[in-house]
Amino acid sequence: MSATRASITMSTEPKSMPAADTNPGPSATAATPAAKPAHAHGHHVEQQLGKPGTAAPASAAMTAITVRGFSSWYGSFQALKSLDLDIPERQVTAFIGPSGCGKSTFLRWINRMNDTIASARAEGTLELHGNDLLASNLDVVDLRRRVGMVFQKPNPFPKSIYDNVAFGPRLHRSYTRSELDQLVEQSLRAASIWEEVKDRLHSSALGLSGGQQQRLCIARAIAVGPEVLLMDEPCSALDPKSTLAIEELIEQLADRYTIVIVTHNMQQAARVSDQTAFFFEGRLIEAGTTETIWNKPKNKQTEDYITGRFG
Amino acid sequence: MSAERSIARRMLANRAFLALCLAATTAAMLILAVLLVSIFAQGWDGLSWSFMKSLPSRKAEKAGIWVALIGSLWVCAICALVALPLGVATALYLEEFARKSRLTRLIQTNIMNLAGVPSIVYGILGLTAFARMFGLFGTNRDEALTFGDPESLFFVRLPFGSSVLSGGLTLMLVILPIVIIATQEALRAVPSSLRSGALALGATPWQTAWGITLPAAVPGIMTGSILAMSRAIGESAPLLVLGGALFVSGAPDNLMSDFAILPLQIYNWASRPQESFHAIAASAIIVQLVALLLFNGIAVFIRQKLQKPLQ
Repeated sequence: MSATRASITMSTEPKSMPAADTNPGPSATAATPAAKPAHAHGHHVEQQLGKPGTAAPASAAMTAITVRGFSSWYGSFQALKSLDLDIPERQVTAFIGPSGCGKSTFLRWINRMNDTIASARAEGTLELHGNDLLASNLDVVDLRRRVGMVFQKPNPFPKSIYDNVAFGPRLHRSYTRSELDQLVEQSLRAASIWEEVKDRLHSSALGLSGGQQQRLCIARAIAVGPEVLLMDEPCSALDPKSTLAIEELIEQLADRYTIVIVTHNMQQAARVSDQTAFFFEGRLIEAGTTETIWNKPKNKQTEDYITGRFG
Repeated sequence: MSAERSIARRMLANRAFLALCLAATTAAMLILAVLLVSIFAQGWDGLSWSFMKSLPSRKAEKAGIWVALIGSLWVCAICALVALPLGVATALYLEEFARKSRLTRLIQTNIMNLAGVPSIVYGILGLTAFARMFGLFGTNRDEALTFGDPESLFFVRLPFGSSVLSGGLTLMLVILPIVIIATQEALRAVPSSLRSGALALGATPWQTAWGITLPAAVPGIMTGSILAMSRAIGESAPLLVLGGALFVSGAPDNLMSDFAILPLQIYNWASRPQESFHAIAASAIIVQLVALLLFNGIAVFIRQKLQKPLQ
């Protein structure tokens, strides 16, 4: 699975990619559970295997996030209009659409980052594995531990590389030195940056390049052991080489995490995602597997957008 | 032809404006130079180790600044120990926690205004609140409450009277608004992406403020606070109102001791008719200037040292 994904990433012709990709039909999904343990290592393994349902070779992937009739507002402005969507577990779901269409707003509802905006409110159903994410008594601290986020611009803390990764875990419980060392190494390895930084763990994270900083931010998000990773245009501030590194990383991480990525780069959406959802003016126009959206979109607006006729 | 004339006229205006600015700068520098030269000419010879170490005396040649210097140190230390935690905590609350409401705007405006209130007004407040305690605990000659032996370090009485503690607290009132404003500005300069990054890892607002925002703002807070302290060390008016203790025989033993401070010692000596006292006043001014320079130097050093990793 991983090998196929890597070869897709290298391909330059976006139209041919979905065809080259194995259909996420029965054959591909059936192969996934068997392949997973080989990739998953470290402290995430037990957590993952212990979960009921993951071992079952279901015909369709389990739904991680359920959205029904979801609307949201900033003051009197309605940013999202009655969304219905299922985001499958341990796949990459890409949100595409022109600027201001509400995709980032929606992403920020999933980990309730919109709580920091006083005028933001939402209605409808938004559930993570059956837990109501809009409940007023929801523990947002625990939610954000389960749903990590990577931002548009790399935002490492002005601390050492080690302390950046250790910051999250330390918030939630106390670790012994060796446990923490191990967790930091695992997280940096999972984010494919360990080899580059292992000799300077205690120097400032601000000395890293933009692409390295972004992978460090991914390591930081992974370190708290989330189930879902939200990525808000994670490559928009990076050069092509760093973008490639992040995309390859996303492929690897999709074996273990449910990933939701907002992107303005159509090729990127095609390269990395299993599912694509097209947003326009606060509405979810079309959602489905990436190759369906890419090859035979049902909606004219979707087709116009992905072929670059507008947006 | 007319274009050339216009250029010539503009060049003339340019030169005239340059000359005006230069004249203004020169005037300011000249006044400062005259002040410094006259003080150094008068006071340089009087500076000696025995001048630093001697107690006050009725004879100018025997008098020294030891009591005033130590008094200034006590007052400034008390002032800093109270003003910094109070000021930083207030700024943290206003910037990071308080919802922007009419009440917080009112508080904000008041703090801005307080920074501009003449310091003698704070002297009157300090006299009422700290030295006399609104008359709630009897008079200064007949204290309602005393704890400990008047000779020991831990002696405390209510009301505080014109003691070194009252002096420090009064100066605290003078610089508190400055510390608050400086800290608020330092906090505002911390990129909001760092706060989002911490919150997205599941940090509580308190963990975000204490673990990320405050450390990132420390250089700015330190610079602002040290500049506030250099104002405190030069203040005389509020302490004149407070006690008027212009002749004190010894350095403070405890928080309830009478005290002298350098600016008031200078005032005392300079207002005497004898020439010889004017000379030692000039020597004391040199000491005061060196202390001020030291404070500002430390502020610059800290800014240089700490702000680098943030950029």
